Amino acid sequence: MAFEPKREEKALKYEELRIYTDEELKNYSEEELKNFKIKHETPALDELEKGPWPSFVADAKREALHRKKLDADRMMTDKDAVDDLLGQLQLSFDHGETHWKHGGIVGVFGYGGGIIGRYSDVPEKFPAVAHFHTIRVNQPASKFYNTDYLRSLCDLWEYRGSGLMNLHGSTGDIILLGTTTEQLEPIFKDLTHVMDTDLGGSGSNLRTPSCCIGKARCEWSCYDTQAMCYELTQYYQDELHRPAFPYKFKFKFDGCPNGCVASIARSDMSFIGTWKDEIRIDQEAVKAYMAGDIVPNGGAHKGRDWGKFDIRKEVINLCPTKCMSLEDGTLKIDNENCTRCMHCINVMPRALKPGLDTGVSILFGAKAPILEGAQMATLTIPFMKVEPPYDNLKELIEKVWEFWMEEGKNRERLGELIQRFGLPKFLEAIGVPPAPQMVRAPRSNPYIFWKEEDVPGGWDRKIEDYRKIHKR
Amino acid sequence: MPTINVNGADIEVDEDGFIVDPDSWNEDVAKYFAAQEGIKELNDDHWKMINYLRDYYKQFQIAPMIRKLCKETGMSLKYVYELFPSGPAKGACKLAGLPKPTGCV
Repeated sequence: MAFEPKREEKALKYEELRIYTDEELKNYSEEELKNFKIKHETPALDELEKGPWPSFVADAKREALHRKKLDADRMMTDKDAVDDLLGQLQLSFDHGETHWKHGGIVGVFGYGGGIIGRYSDVPEKFPAVAHFHTIRVNQPASKFYNTDYLRSLCDLWEYRGSGLMNLHGSTGDIILLGTTTEQLEPIFKDLTHVMDTDLGGSGSNLRTPSCCIGKARCEWSCYDTQAMCYELTQYYQDELHRPAFPYKFKFKFDGCPNGCVASIARSDMSFIGTWKDEIRIDQEAVKAYMAGDIVPNGGAHKGRDWGKFDIRKEVINLCPTKCMSLEDGTLKIDNENCTRCMHCINVMPRALKPGLDTGVSILFGAKAPILEGAQMATLTIPFMKVEPPYDNLKELIEKVWEFWMEEGKNRERLGELIQRFGLPKFLEAIGVPPAPQMVRAPRSNPYIFWKEEDVPGGWDRKIEDYRKIHKR
Repeated sequence: MPTINVNGADIEVDEDGFIVDPDSWNEDVAKYFAAQEGIKELNDDHWKMINYLRDYYKQFQIAPMIRKLCKETGMSLKYVYELFPSGPAKGACKLAGLPKPTGCV
């Protein structure tokens, strides 16, 4: 089923929304840039303009020059924001220490998150970055844009912010980097009323969900990652904007086990596309690969001579479950023993495709090290069908949240709660029976808890009865 | 550090307007902050929340978790945002004179 957004998207036309004229946008020449010096001496940063990789310092200097040449009344924040940011960064390079103060609580009315307050600890030296708040803006699924949208956003941000951005934050948001407290409400108003765009998440709440490129342009995607990401983002707006959880919670949607948004490592609830039936094999294409007519891995290893493609060496012998074979030039897969690792499909994308009976595996509890050590997610739901409007998924999510919100300690990630309570307790809370797929290996120690009702006679025993048989 | 003047007394606050010393709080401070946080007038429910937060902080030296706060005051999170538009942390805790919430916000 094709994805249909529930509400009509507002069509943005840059020509109608623009703030700056073409002359203002192109207000400096390359010649001027060559001779341009920012307000502060930045010898360490200047070094970072050398070398082949795009230099953030060179980019920032362009923006500094651009702002210098804009009229001061054509922007609502300090002209020198970029100069002062680079100045403060140079000072941090000198000291080997940050110069941002601890914390910062700012926001917009109605929301408890979305904006990360930041203040300089040397505001007298760098007044233009005395306030330098970050705004998280919810990105479109998979980060597809048109230029009308981006140019409108850039004009808005030049007008009310520093002009610096992060595309994108690691959670997925568009990051608007650096503005003052007074500008927050006006920016929010412009974002919502004009750009039809909302803030992302921050704080102890549902953070901005993100997904891989999915069916938009990947033939392996086992479900519509974008549709699911969008639907759950919309459905859980309350949880995203108003922190109600013990700590942060992230969703990420991978279309297949290749994990292009790294959901298994960076989300509390990780959705990974998979299939139940057989890998589809095009034997003619397999032969073409073997004959060298099609390059393996879509040509990903062309940079070096790895010799002629050898299907035994590069596919069959690398299969982790050894469930593949070549019989009379025909590729066979014992699908019962395939773990859907994607390797053979990755090597021969034109010959092999995921099955057609697709869904998601759901894994829980990934997190960075603090407090109890880093965790990747644990497989909990081996397979689940997912179709709009995803009612089965929402039901599951709410059970998970109910359990975690009730039992979770202050600042305890779901992964830590599962560690503390044990996986069986978690399974019970979400109503899923234990299955062998949930563990890599059975426990090796014998400290096994039993429920009283599962043990004949229960726990109430009298020592006198025992003594009748066993003398002291 | 900036200061605010409430009824002739100078009270130290940080950039976000949170008072630095919780003991310098009084009811007039709460009233003073109300306008900044989008509150026209402090009603009984506002005071119920403020007093709850102050009592909890006095007892445990920490702000309560949101779920606890909702449960013990009997207010839904939605209602808390109706009372305090900038939310329990930036709104209610600030009015109650609690230290600024920290962490990965």
